[in-house]
Amino acid sequence: MTITVERGARAVGKRPHPGPRRPRSQNSYALFLLPGVLAFLAVIIVPFLMNTGVSFTEWSGIGSPKWTGLDNYRRLLDDSEFWASFRHSLFMVVAMAAVPTMIGLVLAAALFDYIGKHFGSKVAAVLRACFYLPQVLPIAVAGIVWSWILAPDDGSLNALLKAVGLGSWQQDWLGDPDVALYSVMGVMVWVQLGFPLVVFMAGLQRVDPQLYEAAELDGAGWWRRFRHITLPQIRPEIYVVLTWCTVAALKVFGAVYVLTKGGPGGATDVPSYFSFTTFFEKTQAGYGAAISTVLTVIILLLAMVGLKLQTRAEDAEEGARA
Amino acid sequence: MTAVRTEIRTRRRTALGRSPVLVALSIAALFMVLPFLIVAVNAVKSPAEYSQHGPLSLPNGLYLDGLKDFWQRVDYGQKLLNSVLISGSVAVLAAVLSVLNAYAIGIGRIKGRTWVLAFFVLANVLPQEALVYPLYYLSKQAGLYDTRLSVIIVFTVIQAAFGTYLLSSVLGQFPREIIEAARIDGANKWQVLWRIVVPVSRPTIGVLLVFFFIWTWNEFLLPLVMLISNDNQTVSVALGVLQGQRLMDATMTNAAALLGVLPAIVFFLVFQRTLTRGIAVGAVK
Repeated sequence: MTITVERGARAVGKRPHPGPRRPRSQNSYALFLLPGVLAFLAVIIVPFLMNTGVSFTEWSGIGSPKWTGLDNYRRLLDDSEFWASFRHSLFMVVAMAAVPTMIGLVLAAALFDYIGKHFGSKVAAVLRACFYLPQVLPIAVAGIVWSWILAPDDGSLNALLKAVGLGSWQQDWLGDPDVALYSVMGVMVWVQLGFPLVVFMAGLQRVDPQLYEAAELDGAGWWRRFRHITLPQIRPEIYVVLTWCTVAALKVFGAVYVLTKGGPGGATDVPSYFSFTTFFEKTQAGYGAAISTVLTVIILLLAMVGLKLQTRAEDAEEGARA
Repeated sequence: MTAVRTEIRTRRRTALGRSPVLVALSIAALFMVLPFLIVAVNAVKSPAEYSQHGPLSLPNGLYLDGLKDFWQRVDYGQKLLNSVLISGSVAVLAAVLSVLNAYAIGIGRIKGRTWVLAFFVLANVLPQEALVYPLYYLSKQAGLYDTRLSVIIVFTVIQAAFGTYLLSSVLGQFPREIIEAARIDGANKWQVLWRIVVPVSRPTIGVLLVFFFIWTWNEFLLPLVMLISNDNQTVSVALGVLQGQRLMDATMTNAAALLGVLPAIVFFLVFQRTLTRGIAVGAVK
């Protein structure tokens, strides 16, 4: 992402007409950054450094923190709750990154390369809107909607199963420790699906339609066009979506809070919710800070890897086009 | 011409009957919106009707008492007002901050701008979990705890991180000649920014305003921690907390769901173009 900006800026930097260099005005632009930088220091940098500092202490949020070095991190390693919450995070990554990306790819290609061409872009746009709708919903509200649908006694899903003669499939979707995590995963797929779809469809707008036409003339079917044109052409978008969605999956909080409160019996606890309860219910600010610091390190590493893959894909694409 | 058109039309009609793909996709799309439909249908049923026929029957009439009761019980008008106030303020302030930052980075091209930009991108991915406790503590120290202002300040900065990144790349491509010309005519930097750069970048700024508004409206973790009293809570927090308490019966939950869904649907219909265009701009730039 940043690399592209660089490239654009440098390209513009070659001034189109030779003229006298402008005197001493460059540095005064920095003044415009002043409010932004100060605000960032106060709201993001200082709290973040505080949090990291607190993670090496024992502190209840009142009085002064007691320095304990790496104790919190040692305790984390032995804490089965912590490991469980990160294991559930992997399930969330599957539900929010892997599955929506795969379905989103197929849907985007089908809407763009098939529906759009045979039934017009209006139909494709309406279908896209239906898939995107859950994305605009506050996650807390999505949680309420689904809590109500998945309710054990008079919930719509169980009523639906009963209506179609599958009464034996009825579950206490959010209350059964063996099922709850999968139910939350299902809700997250529903919530997340629209994002990859919209990004991929936007990416396909970039693709030269002649590629598809040429492939069609050569007798390539839909699947081959998908494999050999769609996938390689929107590789940068795929990396962006995977990165964004993976980071979002690691930060899941609202859905767990509203749907299950991490329960039953910790079956759906995730790092974000775990740190939240440690901070505000157990009032162990030091330990909570350690959990959130680990989460931050993982997210930053992931974001960097994702950015690298994306810029490499973009460069490869530019190379192929040149 | 008309012959071609009728030909296309007939081809379409037959294709519609013959297209399992379209049917499959339509069914999938229906599944996506089904929860909304179920909620809407049940929100206008009386509790008696609900317990008698379950959630899948069509309502006999419009029963709006459930919605009214819920509205009064949670003082929903106040919650809407808080959400609008917070989201609106954040949208405007974060857009201004983004414009100022991006002007220095994209047009001023200050030294070390790559690092400055990397710093803003970093702020963008940093999880709020790692900020929430210090912010809670600091806002208590500063006497801002449980005020809408605290949430406005924090989200203005968080959203501006994304705005700076997006606008910088847009302004990096701004035609220099226009700026040079304005400078020669004697406009200073401040005038160039407000009279030239901002009007020309209006579409991008519009996308940012919509995004910031909706994102802030949907935020949950930080407002949940910061806004304790009923009078300050946003829609998302109030509904989430209520649901978390598990004190609502089916009818109430349903009213809550519908009242939570409605603003989102309104935003969606009003801003749909901007949203989809903005995502495309923001994802790969």
